[in-house]
Amino acid sequence: MNSHEIPVPIKAKFFTPGTTILFAIMVVGFIALAFRFLFGLGPVTNLTNGYGWGIWIAIDVSCGVALAAGGFTTAALVYIFHKEKYHLVIRPALLTAMLGYTFVAIGVVTDLGRYYNIWHVMLPSMWQGNSALFEVGMCVMTYLTVLYIEFIPIAVERFKGKVNLPSLISFLNKIIEFFINIADKTLCRVTFLFIIAGVVLSCLHQSSLGTLMLLTPTKMHPLWYTPISPLLFLVSAIAVGFPMVIFESILASRSFKLKPELDVLSSIARYTPFILGFYLALKVGDICIREVLPYAFDLSTESIFFLIELIFGVVIPLIILSTKKYRNSVGGLFTGAILVILGVVLNRINFFLVAYQPLYQEKAYFPTIWEMLVTAGFICTLVLLYRVFVMIFPVVSVPGKGDAEQLVEMKNV
Amino acid sequence: MKIKRRDFVRLAGTGCLTLLAGDVIAKEGVGPSEWENAYGVLVDTTVCVGCRQCEWACKKTNFDPNADKADFEDKSVFKKHRRPDELSYTVVNEYHDPAKPEAVYTMKVQCMHCNEPACVSGCIVGALEKTKDGPVIYDAWKCIGCRYCIVACPFQIPAYEYDNALTPQIRKCTLCFNRLKEGKKPACVEACPTEALIFGARGKLLGLAHSKIKTHPDRYKNHIYGEHEIGGTSWLYLTTVDFKNTELPELPSYSIPPKTEKIQHGIFKWFIPPIAFYGLLGLIMYSKENNKNKQKVEK
Repeated sequence: MNSHEIPVPIKAKFFTPGTTILFAIMVVGFIALAFRFLFGLGPVTNLTNGYGWGIWIAIDVSCGVALAAGGFTTAALVYIFHKEKYHLVIRPALLTAMLGYTFVAIGVVTDLGRYYNIWHVMLPSMWQGNSALFEVGMCVMTYLTVLYIEFIPIAVERFKGKVNLPSLISFLNKIIEFFINIADKTLCRVTFLFIIAGVVLSCLHQSSLGTLMLLTPTKMHPLWYTPISPLLFLVSAIAVGFPMVIFESILASRSFKLKPELDVLSSIARYTPFILGFYLALKVGDICIREVLPYAFDLSTESIFFLIELIFGVVIPLIILSTKKYRNSVGGLFTGAILVILGVVLNRINFFLVAYQPLYQEKAYFPTIWEMLVTAGFICTLVLLYRVFVMIFPVVSVPGKGDAEQLVEMKNV
Repeated sequence: MKIKRRDFVRLAGTGCLTLLAGDVIAKEGVGPSEWENAYGVLVDTTVCVGCRQCEWACKKTNFDPNADKADFEDKSVFKKHRRPDELSYTVVNEYHDPAKPEAVYTMKVQCMHCNEPACVSGCIVGALEKTKDGPVIYDAWKCIGCRYCIVACPFQIPAYEYDNALTPQIRKCTLCFNRLKEGKKPACVEACPTEALIFGARGKLLGLAHSKIKTHPDRYKNHIYGEHEIGGTSWLYLTTVDFKNTELPELPSYSIPPKTEKIQHGIFKWFIPPIAFYGLLGLIMYSKENNKNKQKVEK
C-alpha cells in the first residue's frame, strides 16, 4: 500500500552530471533562439513558401500539447471520477502540464513572424470563429491560465506562514502573506470549477489540433487525411496522458533516488491498453473504410512512417501494457510508456510534416541545426525547470508520516 | 502533372469530410451566383505571347515604381519554372503539350482570389479578407505571422518575407484592390498588349469564356479553370491544352472551408456542447463524491 506518501519539496543537489549536460544544451539552444529573433526565420530555419510550418509547430507546439495531456487525464481520473488512490500522481502531472503549456506558448511565439501581435487573438474585433487555429489559440491561452490557478494551492501550501524575504524587501512579507491567505480562503475552495474547465478546454483544443490540416486536403497524404482526425487527436492525447505520468515518475524517482511507486503506476497503466485499443480500432477502421489500406504497404516514405507509428507506437505498447508480468515491472512499464509517448510524437510529426506535401517544392523539408537546437534547448529547459519546481514546491510524494486517507481529505477540493 | 491515384483518394477523403459534416454538395456544377458581379480576370492563354509586360506592370505598381522594363524582356527565365513569391505577385511560365512537343505556350500565374478562400477561413485574426468586390486582401497590421494561410492555400500562393526579422508580411496579389477603388483596371490587365487578360464582372467573363469555347471548339479545351475549381475563383483560365499539363493543380469542384468550418461551428454551436460537457463532468464529480461520503457514513 502507498498510504504513507506525502508530497514535499525534494532535497537534492541541483547539478549532477545529467543536469549539467541539459544545462549546456539549454545554453546552446538559447543562443540559437537569439539568432532566430535577431535575424528572422529565413536564415535560421528551412521554412519556405511551400513548407510554412516546421518542427517548431510539429514538435514544440503540437507534441507539447499532446504530451501535457497527463494534466487533464489525471485530473479527470482523481477529481471527477474520484479514484483517489492515484492522488500522488496529480501534482507531478499538473506541474508537467503547466510547464509543458508554458513552453508551447513560448514555442508559438518563436515560430510567429509577428509575435508581438499575439495579443490580437484576444481582441474580440479580430476573433475569427471559422479558424480551427483560433480555437486552439484561445483554448491554449485559457487552459494555461487555468493550470496556473490550479497550481496556486500548491504554492499556498508551501509558503503559507513562511514568507520570509531578505531584509531589503522584507516589508513585502506581510502583503504577500495577506494575498496568500486570501487565496487560501477563496481560491482553494473553488478549484473544482477550474479542474472541470481544464478538462473541457483540453478536450476542445486537443481535438482541434487535428482539424488544422483538414483545410488542405490536396496537400495531405491519404493515410492521415481523414475526417475523424480531430477524434484521433483527442483519443491519442488521452492515451498518452498516463504513460507520460508513468515515464516521468520513474525518471524522477531514478534521479532523486526514491523508490518508484510501482503499485500505483502499474495500476494506472491498466487503463492505457483500453484507450490504445480503441485508438487502434478507430485508426484501422478509418483506413479500411476510406479504402486507403494499400498506401500503408506501398513502401513509400509515408507508408514506412505510418507503419512505424502504428506498430511501435500503438500495437507493441498495447501488448506490453496489457501483459500483467510486464506491467508490474519497472522495466516493462517504462518501455511501454516510452513507446506510447514516441508513438504519439511520431504521429504528430507525420501529420504536420511527413503527410504534408507542397505542390511545387522539389526538396522535402528537413529542419536546420538551429531549429533542432532551439527545440532541444526548450526541452532541456523544461526538464531543468521541473527539477527546480519539485525542489521548491511540494510536488513529488516521498515516504513520510501521515495517512493517505487523511491526506486526501486535506487536499480535496 | 499527371493525376495520380493518390490525388484521387485525397479528393475522395474530402468527400468523406463532406458527408461527415452532413452537407450535400448542392452547388456542384453551378457557379455560386453570389459572385457573379464581383470582379474577375479571364486569362485566354491562347493569345498570351509571353511578353512579361504583366510582370513588369505588377512590379511597378506593387514593389518598385522605377522597375526597369529591360529586366522583364529576357525570355530565358522561362527555362526555369518560377513561382510567385514575396518579391513578385505574378510570374509567366512556359509549358508544353505532350501531344505537340514543338508547340510552346505561356501562362501567367498569381493568387486566384477564390470565392471561398482557405487562407481567409484559416487566418487566426482575420488578417485576410475576401471583399465582396472579389479581391482577397491582407491587413499586415492584424497579422501575427502564423503562416497557416501558406499551409492552407490550395494554389501555394501566399509568400512570406522570411528574411525580415521584425516585420515580416504575407505577400500576394491583391487584384490591385487599390486601383479598383480608383476605378482603374488591375495593372497587369492594363499592360497586356494582346488581350490575353480580360477584366470584368465574373458572371460576364464566364459568359464570354463559354461563347469563346462555343465559337472555337478547336482552339479551346472545354473547361474553364476556376469556374468550379475549389468552389470557383475570381481568376478564370482558358487553354488549348489539358490543364494537367499546366501548373494549375487539379482540384475538387467544391470549396473545402465550409466543411472544416462546419466541424468548428458544430463543436461550438451556441456554446451548448462545451457547456453541456462541463455540466456532465460536474454531475459525475458530484455524484461520485456523494457515493464516497455515503460509504464513509456506512462505515
